[in-house]
Amino acid sequence: MDAKDILGLPKTPLTAPQEKKSRPQKDSQRKPDGISREVYALTGGLAPLMPAVDVSQLKRRPQSDEKVTWQWLPFTSSARTDNLQLYHWVRVVNGVPPTGDYSFAKYNKSVNVVKYTDEEYEKYLTDPTWTREETDQLFELCERFDLRFIVIADRFPSSRTVEDLKNRYYSVSRAILVARAPSSGDVSGHPLVKEPYNVSQEVERKRALSMILSQTKQQERKDAEVLAEAKRITEARIAARGAEESDMPVASNVSPESNEKNIIPVETVSPSSNVQIPPTTVAPPTSTADDISTLNSLRGMRVYLRTYALEQMVQAASSSAGLRTIKRVEQTLQDLGVNLKPKVPTKSVCAEHLELRKEILTLLNLQKQLQYKEAEGSSHRDGSYAETPGTPKRSHRTGEQDRTFIPDSISFGGERVGKRDQKRKAPAPPSPAQSKRPRKLKASD
Amino acid sequence: MPHTPSLSSPRNQSDVSESAIKLQRLVMGRSTDDPEKKIPNRRLKDVEICVPISYGTISFWLGRKASESQSHKWTVYVRGATNEDLGVVIRRAVFQLHPSFNNPMRVVDSPPFELSESGWGEFEIAITLYFHSDVCDKQLDLFHHLKLYPEDESGPQSTKKPVVVESYNEIVFPDPLDSFFARVKDHPAVIVPRLPASFNLPAPVPIENAKEKKRGDTKDHPLNQWFVNFSEADELLKLATARQQVQAHIVKLRRQLSVIDGLPRPLKPASDE
Repeated sequence: MDAKDILGLPKTPLTAPQEKKSRPQKDSQRKPDGISREVYALTGGLAPLMPAVDVSQLKRRPQSDEKVTWQWLPFTSSARTDNLQLYHWVRVVNGVPPTGDYSFAKYNKSVNVVKYTDEEYEKYLTDPTWTREETDQLFELCERFDLRFIVIADRFPSSRTVEDLKNRYYSVSRAILVARAPSSGDVSGHPLVKEPYNVSQEVERKRALSMILSQTKQQERKDAEVLAEAKRITEARIAARGAEESDMPVASNVSPESNEKNIIPVETVSPSSNVQIPPTTVAPPTSTADDISTLNSLRGMRVYLRTYALEQMVQAASSSAGLRTIKRVEQTLQDLGVNLKPKVPTKSVCAEHLELRKEILTLLNLQKQLQYKEAEGSSHRDGSYAETPGTPKRSHRTGEQDRTFIPDSISFGGERVGKRDQKRKAPAPPSPAQSKRPRKLKASD
Repeated sequence: MPHTPSLSSPRNQSDVSESAIKLQRLVMGRSTDDPEKKIPNRRLKDVEICVPISYGTISFWLGRKASESQSHKWTVYVRGATNEDLGVVIRRAVFQLHPSFNNPMRVVDSPPFELSESGWGEFEIAITLYFHSDVCDKQLDLFHHLKLYPEDESGPQSTKKPVVVESYNEIVFPDPLDSFFARVKDHPAVIVPRLPASFNLPAPVPIENAKEKKRGDTKDHPLNQWFVNFSEADELLKLATARQQVQAHIVKLRRQLSVIDGLPRPLKPASDE
């Protein structure tokens, strides 16, 4: 009944019952003149702040009193240095051809490359690594090719690196600028003077860039994994520090590896020797750094509800999973006939529920791994003509395959696989592709 | 090896803890370098006291006696899940009703923690629980949506069958004070873990107004025929079955993965280069 219910928004406490919240009427847009409503809507349904084109211009038709013809006429362009005469179609109105320069001549911009005199060269620009000749050549090329250093480097007679050429050009220009300036204050604002070209930095930057570009997919994945793990560790450390000071040793597991969350049962040992509690009746669950930090934060609270504790633990357990994975976990729970939130949340029920969720996560990860392996495997098979999966091929394949777990959000491959999985309902029955493989291998054996 | 504390200490302990209760001197007795000297009001580490509760509403249609503004008579309550007296833990419950009620903040200072009203509309009731000073100084908030009309609107409403909505939950007190523990450890409303026999607890000190004769438990409550009987067995069974299925599936997938890998030992990370 409530509009908020329909929208799915959380209710604020004490909302008035049965109040008909009438939606505010969106005032209908005025249909603009000159263009159709659909076209207007393409602009976002709002008039632009500054209409680029006058609306009345859009449907303007040529005035009927004008006589328009098109003629094939010669033209010249101020951008050309030779006197080449070209022809093109010209719109002639009432027998009067248009006047003015060729309309595209204004785009012929060029760079102001400095021209130094001999004596300037002698005074400011000599350099042990560069001859006068080379410098002249460089500048001529710069002028010709508008400072496109890649091209210039290509054409340069003696082989020099792009950075080297750039360095020479910019330092010469800078020196000339400074030398010619009446006072140093005038040019200090000029970008050439303010930020001189730094060769070593450039070289380093380009090297780093090319390294990243040439990274194989595997390396990329490994890097991302390491980063994710590092992030998790720092978060765990922060959480452990932030929680109420506890002397409990935090068994943090650091290794990523396969998707089995490393099982290190945490013994809750109290340092105070007077308090000795026997282990609880619930079997100690597999716990991770996330679990421990959540437990710590729960212990910091003086009172909490069991359902709240479960929520926190579930969140911690799914912290590394993306939203899609979480939805799949919930779907799986529903398929298994389990309530997403236990109806009777006792301590043991909550513990079981949590464990179930973790196991489903493991299951989904395994499924994804399997599909990924298959995708890799089948692409390798398609690539090579050899049909028989003999031992050498097998080892080649295993060498390529990345065994580490790919978290949902990271690689494109993971995403793609995730989509494929969604087509089948979880828990997925073995797909035909999956069952094909083992059979094939067995046959060859 | 645990240090056996002296026998003379408990008596001193109870004197000290009585006054300590009033002022909540919560001394964190974490580092017990001298176990002989009893620090008043220690917190019991790794112990949690759990109070299972059930809270919700029961609403009756008034039938012929219904009017426009008062069509239903309903009761909102917080009770022990096994109908035991919650007064041992809860000092006061505050029910915050819809502002259209006059005096919408209703305070209940003694068990049974409930409130009856009549009205026509459904809204969310905020229940705030305040605990005794030796239990917890923080309050706990619960929210419950008052339901007057039944799910299936098929038949006509009946004045005999109410609309009952209850939620089960458990209030958990981590690291409780030992005085609190001592006071409630034998109370049926509370679940406490078993401590070793040699463990030294202060003598239980009853809270104020514990001498009141009024019953706090809801075992013979007039509405108790409608109370929901929550049993965890059903849920546990379903969970166990589900877990078994998932585990079996996992084993199957692991086997498949190891076949694909073609190695006798599955899941060994291969070197990159």
